[in-house]
Amino acid sequence: MPRFNDMPRIAPSDITPQGVWLNRRHLIAGAAALGGAGLIGGSAQAAQVIEPLKAATGFPAPSDPPSDKKLATTYNNYYEFGTSKSAPAMNAHRLTVRPWSVEISGEVSKPRTIGIEELLAFPLEERIYRFRCVEAWSMVVPWIGFEFNKLAALVEPTSRAKFVRFTTAERPSEMPGLGSPVLDWPYTEALRIDEAMHPLTLVTLGMYGETLPNQNGAPVRLVVPWKYGYKSAKSIVKIEFVEKQPVSSWTKAASHEYGFYSNVNPNVDHPRWSQKRERLLPALFASRETEMFNGYGAQVASLYAGMDLKVNH
Amino acid sequence: MSTSSFSLSQRADEALRDNRFRIILKLLVWLAALYPLTALSTKILFDPLALGANPAETILRSTGDWTLRFLLLTLAITPLRRITSIGGLIRFRRLLGLFAFFYGLVHLGCYIAFDRYFVLSEITADIIKRPFITVGFAALVLMIPLALTSTRAAVMRLGGARWQDLHRLVYVVAILAVLHFWWLVKRDVTEPLIYAAILAALFAYRIIARVKKRSGRGSGFPSVR
Repeated sequence: MPRFNDMPRIAPSDITPQGVWLNRRHLIAGAAALGGAGLIGGSAQAAQVIEPLKAATGFPAPSDPPSDKKLATTYNNYYEFGTSKSAPAMNAHRLTVRPWSVEISGEVSKPRTIGIEELLAFPLEERIYRFRCVEAWSMVVPWIGFEFNKLAALVEPTSRAKFVRFTTAERPSEMPGLGSPVLDWPYTEALRIDEAMHPLTLVTLGMYGETLPNQNGAPVRLVVPWKYGYKSAKSIVKIEFVEKQPVSSWTKAASHEYGFYSNVNPNVDHPRWSQKRERLLPALFASRETEMFNGYGAQVASLYAGMDLKVNH
Repeated sequence: MSTSSFSLSQRADEALRDNRFRIILKLLVWLAALYPLTALSTKILFDPLALGANPAETILRSTGDWTLRFLLLTLAITPLRRITSIGGLIRFRRLLGLFAFFYGLVHLGCYIAFDRYFVLSEITADIIKRPFITVGFAALVLMIPLALTSTRAAVMRLGGARWQDLHRLVYVVAILAVLHFWWLVKRDVTEPLIYAAILAALFAYRIIARVKKRSGRGSGFPSVR
């Protein structure tokens, strides 16, 4: 049995081999050529923007080594590009990620729109987090970004800001998945304000030493490591500080299956499958027992003191 | 045109009665039916990454798909032989049905090993608590008596009418199997919908044939041996 787990793994020191850094111009040219050859009506501008990112290291890493980069960038849930796991990697190059800006508004003293260049200018940090999907698989991903609370400090949330809502880009001409009504577009997700301000909550701009590939949520996404993956909204265009608890896309689609909190919790099963164990990809066997709060309980459990997490799932 | 197609089907039917030809054809069916499993096993052993980032999911999906496909193929035999008048097709029905059962068993085995890591308490909890697993498991259990009575001797022992009554269970099995897939998917039901549509067509054919027969407009099914 263990032989199936003996898959090639990348040591942390090898996360970003120099050889795979691609020249941005080459990549844009390549994607444009691909677009011109294969896609009708595809924008010639559409392209991946993959550039090396400088980031401070040293944040405590999980005991498991980071997942193979190829796995993390070819096995994705990003329904705007199709519902299969391979569709995002095939279709997401059509997303135009420059220019890009994020509108920050709502219950804040200084609402503003912030450009991607300004976000990239924040002091960046590498955070190697466990990533647990609601579908009972997991990976370990070396993200690059900065704490959300630093972004919030720029706009100064008022005392009425109780929740934060994140909205994903909605571009029918670039996102073939928007044609099917599987979710209520645009995709929205939300956190309670103290969850958003928690130091683990990361405004994420890169992974594996580089800017994010489009299929992983370029150019800017959220990563909330103690919650199921869908809480970490991708390709964010709008951040709103609000007073009332928002209803996110997955909750709207099936509230009994996808609650507002969606904390990783082995004791609360998805109505249709158990959350007790998980498969650390690409392992064949789901031999790993899922940890409460995805192993981040020491840092986040206090956020939920006194709450019934079965009711508030 | 109709004469030539009639003679064509007649010739096909005669060919199927030729032992040597039929044995070769059955061998081909065996090879084709085992191909998906062989391909999966080879990849597991020698090239796991070819199965994608989540090989267990790929294997479970594939074995489940093939179970459904063989079930639908089995159910397509009767309409096909009525439509084509190639009665000899019946000689492939048992083989296809047994392959449906076989892939179902492999599918269950993979779930027990890969998904539940052989933990019995989790498996029983799944069967009791999760409707999609309940119906999938029920479908497979209901196939056991069909597989056990698939021999010629069993048909003799039970008698044709009772045997046929028992084997009508396959309709229940097929419905449960499609339901199993339908309830499994998270949001996009396109694929289960395709299987459901094919199953509905196979049922519709039978119902229409029966209604026609009852209303006395001909015998419904053209008689085929």
